[in-house]
Amino acid sequence: MTTHAPAPPGAPVPAPDRTHSPVPRPRRTAARAASVFLSTHPRTRLALLLGAPLFWLGVVYIVALVLLLVTAFWTVDSFTGEISQEWTLDNIITVLTGSLYQTVTLRTLGVALLVTLIDVVLALPIAFFMAKVATPRMQRILVIAVLTPLWASYLVKAYAWRSVLSQDGILEWLVAPFGGSTPGYGLPATIITLSYLWLPYVILPIYAGLERVPDSLLEASADLGGRTWPTIRLVVFPLVLPAIIAGTIFSFSLSLGDYITVNIVGGANQMLGNLVYTNVGAANNLPLASAIALIPIVIIFGYLFLVRRTGALDNL
Amino acid sequence: MTDQQPAIRLTGLTKEFGAVTAVDHVDLEIAAGEFFSMLGPSGSGKTTVLRLIAGFEQPTDGTIELFGQDVTKRAPFDRDVNTVFQDYALFPHMNVIDNVAYGLRVRGIGRKERNERAARALASVRLEQLAGRKPSQLSGGQRQRVALARATVVEPKVLLLDEPLGALDLKLREQMQVELKEIQRDLGITFIFVTHDQEEALTLSDRIAVFNNGRIEQLGTPDELYERPTSRFVADFVGTSNLFDHERSVALLGRAGHHSVRPEKMTVTHDGLDGDGVVNVHGTVVEAIYLGSGVRLVVDLDDGTRVTVLEQNVRGRAHDDERGDRVVVSWHDDDVVPLGTEVLPGISG
Repeated sequence: MTTHAPAPPGAPVPAPDRTHSPVPRPRRTAARAASVFLSTHPRTRLALLLGAPLFWLGVVYIVALVLLLVTAFWTVDSFTGEISQEWTLDNIITVLTGSLYQTVTLRTLGVALLVTLIDVVLALPIAFFMAKVATPRMQRILVIAVLTPLWASYLVKAYAWRSVLSQDGILEWLVAPFGGSTPGYGLPATIITLSYLWLPYVILPIYAGLERVPDSLLEASADLGGRTWPTIRLVVFPLVLPAIIAGTIFSFSLSLGDYITVNIVGGANQMLGNLVYTNVGAANNLPLASAIALIPIVIIFGYLFLVRRTGALDNL
Repeated sequence: MTDQQPAIRLTGLTKEFGAVTAVDHVDLEIAAGEFFSMLGPSGSGKTTVLRLIAGFEQPTDGTIELFGQDVTKRAPFDRDVNTVFQDYALFPHMNVIDNVAYGLRVRGIGRKERNERAARALASVRLEQLAGRKPSQLSGGQRQRVALARATVVEPKVLLLDEPLGALDLKLREQMQVELKEIQRDLGITFIFVTHDQEEALTLSDRIAVFNNGRIEQLGTPDELYERPTSRFVADFVGTSNLFDHERSVALLGRAGHHSVRPEKMTVTHDGLDGDGVVNVHGTVVEAIYLGSGVRLVVDLDDGTRVTVLEQNVRGRAHDDERGDRVVVSWHDDDVVPLGTEVLPGISG
């Protein structure tokens, strides 16, 4: 507290102005009565808030999933084509032992893992630049740039890659002078296209994760003698690991379920999704399709279990 | 360590952020083993100077020397200074002992040795029993001590402290002030302490630099700054002052230029005081605020000047000063501090 001289002489405080009308009291309306009721009945409040989403989750989502699971244990009458509700493990056994299913499962798993790896390797530096290097203005531009492809149709993007990768496409024209050539249509093309499609889903969680790491932690590490690499390995990486895993769950599960990209740029290759599609459509064998669809679900559950075991989700 | 060299020497240090000059040609020498404070309001440039010394910012101009060595261009990890951050900046995914051992770990010291040294550093701040906790499980004061142990375990030549007590409550802050002083004496290293709390700076420091608008307004011991401020800004910012501009000084004190008198150097009586050099002025009590240890009286002198007087709560003091009472405010001529004649913007008169 300070006193400056000269201060204004102790002038009398003016009396509050009473000429205006008093502040009106709230009126009693039906909406207000409802608010009062809800504010004193927390359970009713919660029920109203969560009723609709829980109905959606319970009936529409979980029931559909359970039906899928149950259908896998039924069979199709080969004569009439009707589903017969007899319990059988035949579909499961076919999927587990059939060499076609084993090959396609391994191929799908391989594609999903490679796509995830490529996306993480690409996303980490981009996300780091966005979160820690770029100016606030640049940061906004980059977030928009990452989000923009999500507005375009999946099909258009896949077909764009089909044209890029074709024998007389842009990629061929670009790398031919250096003795390279386009990979053409096949699994590499599938991996490239899927990596492109899911990249925003990997960048955004990692970017958000890096945003939450205070700059002072990086400064503290440098201050204590940590150069760039130890800082990344000991401070940044452990703190954004949950965000990286969140990103990999997106790219991994989306790749496991994909069947359109592989149709467009994958040549003759099939992934699990194609088998499901064929069995639902052409072969009219919903129970077998369900059994195949269980494979990616089991794999994802396995992945989540592994991730949980590493403790990476503890800090979420 | 050569004793002749200053621990820190800043020469013409300047930092511009776009059009804003945060640090404006600062020259400063800080001696080895000194507890040095940089005091100023927010935006005065004190924290930027600290960050420049630590290496988190690169100066626009000027040099930084550490014991005679030019470190201006060196990265933070190549400087023998360590920082206690305002928000402590503890690594949230590591427990306390790993946090403290971090500086040793990145220097390639083996687990066994670094844990021993970290445990010793933790013991020096009396936290050895919390070694296994995560930072989120600690109180503010405990985090502060972990940050201190983490910064001192790597044996820096200079320790930089960026408002380290700002987030603590009053009791804890007073306790930590004593501990900081003890730790500094034990380690014998230079502490550079940034604060906006003038009382804290006065309590802890050997010397204080008062910052204003990116420049050092005054440099001196706590005693010099408090008893003999050289500008209105310092008189105003360090402690409480009754400021008299040139006109009031001529009228009341018979002196030219701006002057200040500390509230505790003034006395309030009903009849005035006798003696050589005593000035007596009549006035009216506007406010009497009971502080426990004393009473703060706001008095309007008869010529319209408002002054604040601090009366100690001592035996025999008259407790009866009330709003509206007619009194005499007295001070001794020796307690009037000349502040020069410069006119500061924003201060009327």
